Amino acid sequence: MKQIQIIMGTPVIVEISSGEAKQELFDEVFDYFKYVDQKFSTYKEDSEITKINKKQIKEKEMSEDMREIFELSEETKKLTNGYFDIVTPNGSYDTSGLVKGWSIWNAGKILRKRGIKNFYVEAGGDIQAMGRNEKGEPWCIGIQNPFNKKREVIKKVFLPKDEGIATSGSYVRGAHIYNPKDKNDKLEEIVSMTVIGPNIFEADRYATASFAMGKDGIFFIEGLEGFEGYSIDKKGIATMTTGFQNYTNNNNKQYA
Amino acid sequence: MKKALLSSSLIFVFIAYVLHVRILGAEAPAFLAPQSSKTSVALSLPQYNTNTQTASPKPKPTTASPSPARPPTQNNSAPSTPVPPPPVVDIGKYKNGSYTGTAVDAYYGNVQVKAVIAGGKITDVQFLDYPQDRQNSVRINSYAMPRLTSEAISIQDSNVDTVSGASFTSAAFRESLSSALSQAMI
Repeated sequence: MKQIQIIMGTPVIVEISSGEAKQELFDEVFDYFKYVDQKFSTYKEDSEITKINKKQIKEKEMSEDMREIFELSEETKKLTNGYFDIVTPNGSYDTSGLVKGWSIWNAGKILRKRGIKNFYVEAGGDIQAMGRNEKGEPWCIGIQNPFNKKREVIKKVFLPKDEGIATSGSYVRGAHIYNPKDKNDKLEEIVSMTVIGPNIFEADRYATASFAMGKDGIFFIEGLEGFEGYSIDKKGIATMTTGFQNYTNNNNKQYA
Repeated sequence: MKKALLSSSLIFVFIAYVLHVRILGAEAPAFLAPQSSKTSVALSLPQYNTNTQTASPKPKPTTASPSPARPPTQNNSAPSTPVPPPPVVDIGKYKNGSYTGTAVDAYYGNVQVKAVIAGGKITDVQFLDYPQDRQNSVRINSYAMPRLTSEAISIQDSNVDTVSGASFTSAAFRESLSSALSQAMI
């Protein structure tokens, strides 16, 4: 059973394999995303992040969730050698690069807490897989063609061990990711960077950071154990990390 | 007796504090008692380390475990009118069918979406039009990166559970979708 709601300006999709699906589970997950949106949306005048940017809330007065995001941002900045930063070129905070993966991960934890084992939660193309799909196989995720308007698939991966998968790119929103180290870097060489990691929070933050690294991003992912990546340049040439191919065939079917 | 009880409980609290700080890291104030639920809720995260063979200063990934979800109780203060108004598309009662939104001028082209409603809910959102700022021609490039495999991308069948791609949280997307869903409203 699959349900979609538009939250955080993007489709949030929850699919729970049959047998486990109940309406109140979907409602609980969507309510959580609405709560996150209300707190972290820079589009909302009354969100906490907007108030922080307007200096209406001091750092000491931040909510626990906000403080956690700020701490995780600081940590991520260090882990990515400064390529991840919630401070935008104009000096305000934009936590969206971290909040999406974090909230998907938390939403997954809500379902796990309810005893649900087979599902995925997706927000705007970033996915946390858990257990197996309807057919009892690992969740099969397509990497979107960055050159086409439709949701065309150019690569398929299977996620057998509850991985998260996230894609960063410049092809949909224009340049919504910038290189914090060189604000004039247009990041045109690489148009799409997909990262598979141990969970969506990790996959998402490293996808964002490695995309900001341009051509070097795939080598950064190559150096991270437990992560695989697939980058696509503007000429349509994909480069993958050495372990990526382990995800491209459905070897794990027999363990389902 | 009372004294002994008091001091032993103080010692216990101190030990609990030390353990807490060691397990969760020092960032969380120890006096926040409900922290214990953090571990019971958290999923088991696979451990991973950085590859030590690569160059450059090693980042040391820690297995971050975001705290469990909290109910949406906070931040209900002083509602003011959002500017620009975010077109919040709430799930309501929709009529089944397919609804095409208006084509909205985006940054470098038009965005137009179609919403598919089944059982009163949104079951799919499809792009009918979409800005294309990249050349479509795919040609083999001769540069090869050391060690890593490269390939020219090619279209596969769409027999997948879902698709990973860069998010489309553009204002144009919201606007086209809102207009599609307004037609679906009962």
